[in-house]
This record gives sequence, C-alpha cells and structure tokens, in this order.
Amino acid sequence: MSHILVANEVTKQFGSHTALKNVSLEIPKNSIYGLLGPNGAGKTTLIRIINQITYPDQGSVYFDGELLKPEHIAQIGYLPEERGLYKSMKVGEQALYLAQLKGLSKAEAKKRLKYWFERLEIGDWWNKKIQELSKGMAQKIQFVVTVLHEPKLLIFDEPFSGFDPINANIIKEQILSLKENGTSIIFSTHRMESVEELCEYIALIHKSEKILDGKLSDIKKAYKSNIFEIGLETDNDQLLLNDMQDKFQILSQDYDSIEKQLNLRVQLPSNESRDILAFLGSRANVNGFKETIPSASDIFIKTIQNKNIDNE
Amino acid sequence: MNKLPLIIKREYIAKVRNKSFVVMTFLSPFLMVGMILLIAYLTQLNDTEKKVIGVLNESGYFANEFVTSEATSYINFKDISLAKAKDSTVNLGFYGLIYLPNESNLEQVAQRAFFYSKDAPSASVLDKLESSITGRLRQERLRELGMSPKEYAEMDRGYNINIETFDGLQNIKGINEIKAIIGGAFGYLIMMFIIIYGGFVMRSVIEEKTSRIIEVIISSVKPFHLMMGKIIGTSLAGITQFGIWIVSGAILLFIGLAIFDIDPASLTKGSGVAPGMANTTNVDVDALTQNIQLYAQEIFEIPIFAMLFFFIVYFVLGYLIYSSIYAAIGAAVDNETDTQQFIFPVILPLMLAIYVGFFSVFSNPNGPIAVAFSLFPLTSPIVMLMRLPWGIGEGGVPVWQLITSIAILIATFIGIVWVAAKIYRVGILMYGKKPSYKELYKWLKYS
Repeated sequence: MSHILVANEVTKQFGSHTALKNVSLEIPKNSIYGLLGPNGAGKTTLIRIINQITYPDQGSVYFDGELLKPEHIAQIGYLPEERGLYKSMKVGEQALYLAQLKGLSKAEAKKRLKYWFERLEIGDWWNKKIQELSKGMAQKIQFVVTVLHEPKLLIFDEPFSGFDPINANIIKEQILSLKENGTSIIFSTHRMESVEELCEYIALIHKSEKILDGKLSDIKKAYKSNIFEIGLETDNDQLLLNDMQDKFQILSQDYDSIEKQLNLRVQLPSNESRDILAFLGSRANVNGFKETIPSASDIFIKTIQNKNIDNE
Repeated sequence: MNKLPLIIKREYIAKVRNKSFVVMTFLSPFLMVGMILLIAYLTQLNDTEKKVIGVLNESGYFANEFVTSEATSYINFKDISLAKAKDSTVNLGFYGLIYLPNESNLEQVAQRAFFYSKDAPSASVLDKLESSITGRLRQERLRELGMSPKEYAEMDRGYNINIETFDGLQNIKGINEIKAIIGGAFGYLIMMFIIIYGGFVMRSVIEEKTSRIIEVIISSVKPFHLMMGKIIGTSLAGITQFGIWIVSGAILLFIGLAIFDIDPASLTKGSGVAPGMANTTNVDVDALTQNIQLYAQEIFEIPIFAMLFFFIVYFVLGYLIYSSIYAAIGAAVDNETDTQQFIFPVILPLMLAIYVGFFSVFSNPNGPIAVAFSLFPLTSPIVMLMRLPWGIGEGGVPVWQLITSIAILIATFIGIVWVAAKIYRVGILMYGKKPSYKELYKWLKYS
C-alpha cells in the first residue's frame, strides 16, 4: 500500500453551506503533502474529517488501506490551527495527560517526553505552568505533544504561526527529520514560501472543491509558460532589439548599467530554446539564460483566478 | 480503549487544586460556623442587656406587677407630674416610661395606660408589659366572677384532636413541619449543588474553548466522553467539597459551642412563642413528654434510608440533566458574560420547584400540584424529595408515582444528554458571535 490516506469523493454540508464537495485525495506514504487554499476553502473541515472530529456526509476515507475508524486516532497526530493548552496546568502533567489520551502508557509517555524536551532544550520547563511561558515556548510544547505518540500520519495546520524565525526553523528541521524517519505529513497552510521548501505533493482546495493536485514538480512543469530570462552583452543594444522584435515576443527589457547588461524577458511559443540561442549566439554575449519556473504562490494565485473567471 | 477515567481524573484534580476551590472549601465552614456563633452570641447579648424602665403609677393598682427582674429594672417615680417624669426618664437615659393614671377601676386604668419611649419600643418589651397588665386584669376579672385561678387553669387546658391515618397509625400535629424541613433541606441541597456545580462545568467548558485546547483534545477523544468526563469529574470534586464541609463544619460547630459555652438549644428556640404565653397556658408536663416520644417515633418512621437512597438517585439524575445543559451552554458561547441569556431558563424550573415545594407540597404533599411537579422531570428531583419524608406507599408517595417519575427522569436524561452532546460537539468548535436559539436548533441537525 503506497498511500497513507485516500479520500474518496468526500462531501460535507453544514446546514445549507457546503464545506466540501466531492473531494478526492491520495496522500503518498512518507511524503510531505501540502494542503493549500484560501481561508474558508474547506481545508480545516477536511482535516477534521481525517481526525474523526466530524464525519463526511458522503464519500469515504481510507487510512493505510483500511476504512477510517476510531482506532486510527492513535496513529494520527494533529496540530490544529486554533490550538492552545490548559493555562493553569503544569507543562509536564499536561503533556503526560495528552499523551495518555493518545493511548500511550504513563511510563512510556514520560520516557519520550524526556527525550523530546532534551532534543528541543526545554527540559527545565517541566514544572512550569503554561501561563508562565511565552507564546513561542507554549507552541514548542504543543509540537512535542503532537508528535509524541509517533503517529504514522502527522497533520500540521499552519504550524509556523506563533513562532519567531529561529524557532520556526527548528520546527521545520524537526518536521523534515520526522519525514526522514518514515512519517507521512499533511501540511496545511497559505504561506507559500514554506510550501516550496517542504512539500513534495500539493492539493489546492478552493470554494469547497479540489481544483488541483499532484506532485509539486509536475505541477510546476505544467504551469510553465515558456518565458525565459536572458542577460545579454552587445555593442549596440538598439540594433539587437530591433532585430529581435521581429522574431520573438519581448515581454520586458531593462538595462543594468552596473553590470552593463541588457535583461530581457522573452515569451517563446514552446519551451524549445534552440532557435533563440542560435539567433543570439551570433549577435551577442549571452551572460544568463534561464527558464522562469512559476512559484507555488504564482500557481496558487493563477489557478484561483482562472477558477473564478470560469465561474463567472 | 476507554479514556473516560483519564478525563474524570484530570477534571477532578484540576478542580480540586484550583486555588479558589481550596479557599472556598476550607474557609466556608469557618465562615458558616463563625456566622452561627456570631448570631448566637448577639442573641444572647441582646437578651442579657438590662433595660431600665421608669414607672409613674398614679393608680391604686399594679403594685406588684412592675418589679425589677433579671432582664428589666423598674424605677418608680413618686408624686411628680407626667411631664416631669417624662423629662426625668429622658435625662436618666431610661429605656421608657410606663404611665398608669389614676382612674376609678382597674379596667379604666388599663385603658388609659401609656408607654412612652424614645423610639418605637421593641416587641419583647411590649410583650412583657402587656402580659403583666393582662395577667393582673385576668386576676381581677376572675375575682369578679368568683373563680379561683386554679379553676381557671383547669378550664383553660388545651385540647388537641386525636388524629390517625386510616390504617391506624397515630399521627401528631406539627410533625408535618418537621418533615417539611427535612424534605426542604434535601431539595434545597440539590438545587444549590446543581447551580454551583453546573456553573463549574460550564466555566470549565468555556475555559477549554478560550484556551483553544479543545480541538487538540477532541482529536484524541470523543466530545461526548470529554463532556461526560467533565461532568462526572466536577461532581466528584463537589462531593468532596460537601464532605469536607459537613465533617469540618460539624467539628467546628462542636468546638465553637464548647468554647463559647453557648447552649445549642438557644439557637433552635422558636421566636414565634411570645413570652408570657407560657404562664397563661397550662402546660401538661406528662402530655409533653408523651408528645416528644410520639415525635421521635414519627421522625424515626420517616424512611431515612429510603430517603437517602432516593436522594442519591434523584440527585445523580437531576445533576446529570442540568449539568449537561450547562455544558451545552458553555460550548455555545465564547465567554461567561454571554451565558446569562441561556442560564435564566435553566434556573427557572429549579426556583419553581423550590417554591412549589414550600407553598404546595408542605401543605398538601399528595395534592395534584405536588404530584404534577414531582413527575415533571426538571422539577421532580427537588419536589419528589420534598414529598418523600411522608413515606412511600400508603399515606405517602404512591409507588407508581415514584417509579414513573424516575422513569421519566431517566428518559429525559437520555434525551437531554443527546441534545446537549450535539450542541456541545458543534459549539466547542465555533468561535465568534453568540448563537441564537434558532442557530442552536440548526446545530442539532448537523451530523
């Protein structure tokens, strides 16, 4: 079985509002899967269905090949976007309690907590109350509690909110190392830069429907628009430009006076670059030649805009 | 894999360790006992304060009536005018002045007698004065009729009708009041517990919402388990608190009474009997002892073990029903100020039950109103307990009513917990504006 989670035509209604409409997903094992979408798209509802907090009206969800059932809760770790801890409870007690709720024995939970507290260098917080800790510190505890029972599937909803850049980086490393150790991870966010860094696969949810999914690199390839960035050095820029304009579509041009270089963005009919290179090779020094790869953010915005236009 | 015990344990410990809970638990008995002792002390103080009353007696009567006693001193003015006597009374700081004018006969004197005082005189002072005068008047009237006081006492002896139930059990007057007090105490206890601990459950739910831990927890346990764990854990904390109160309160009261040397009987002494009555009514000592025996017998006949058993049954069911409503309210709102609108309709039936109990059950424990309210599930835990001291079966609560009321209560419990759990499940994940009743109804239909 190569998928940790398969959702099949999942539909969920709240009264007259449709939160999810025929959403199907396949989340490969041992990967980081980005669940993207604007606020209110239905990501949280989907995540809650996976966590069995709420149930689909139609469709089914399979976890590791089996129809999702209550026992799977112990195999899933969930860091919700709306998260917090008991303010007046001590860190250690609280972590033990939450771990036991996930089915760990007290002794085992204690052992693992020791390990994680040392790993994140927060050992001396054990007897502190949450209300004595800063928001970032509490978030670290929350992260530990989420991963402590070593679930097969981890779901992080906006995991980096509330962290300063240094701690965000620590958590990112932890997430990557968990993935190295074989955990599958669903990563829900609308912060695209972290998607680029972490996700192998993505699904884009918009207005209750999945509008795009697949391997991020494949999607990027599909979204390439054959635009190339070219840096040139010539004796006569104007002459070159005049010649080029007849044969190629120049989107933008500017002259870098420091590097003494002409920077162009050129739209080609296909991603066949041999013609233009041959053309330029005889007329100028080519300092830079690079195909523009769309960022996840570009894809996100473009897809949603297209979808909105389709709907109108 | 049942996580309910874990949740119960956490809720219990969280509640019991809470500072205000600890303070309340250990301070309340001191406050309560302190208050009782203070009241007792003040009552005694009031009693022992000696009042000085001036007497201006221009009549030829009442020579022996106004003599200094333990509680009151009488100072006789002689051969001065009323105006002067009044002045002297004020100047000397006496409590008041009794004026008996010179009239042709005793009746006339009594008619024209006045009591002057700075403020309105206290009831006990007036009682004393009036009974003194009444006593003298009666003597005089008896003399005119040619009857000796002994004969009069004989004539005045009280009469109580013999009362018996149809199956021949002897009944006595006044026992109903005692039963009412016992039933009322049980009912009141249930109401207080529900309001206080229901409130705790509600606040605990709100706390989980505002601290945003709720979603973390319900990704591990079912919301229903969390709700029930919370209700049970909190009620166990409440039982602990009551236990500590009862034990420590009893000990403290005992110690306090010993230290201050206060007679416990003085606390329970009714104020309804006016002083002076005792010496006019002839008290048959034998009859009294016999009555006490009868009362004791009747009290022993209150089915105390059955009552305790049903107290627990009604208490548990009533508490579960109400605290699930409280939990649902807590889940529906974001903060405590928003709860008012929802709490009022919850407290209403409890208040109603207490009032129905006091005004209807005690006068007619098996009347139609008492029966109706002891079957209605939101009031039955209180009203039925108020009826129970009159016994179960013949003469008391018919067995079918008891069974029906418990059955209705259980059915309601299942229904209410089902509804509350639905509202709870949706509500705990809803943030933002306070929902309307209409929205709450919609939540019931979410799956």
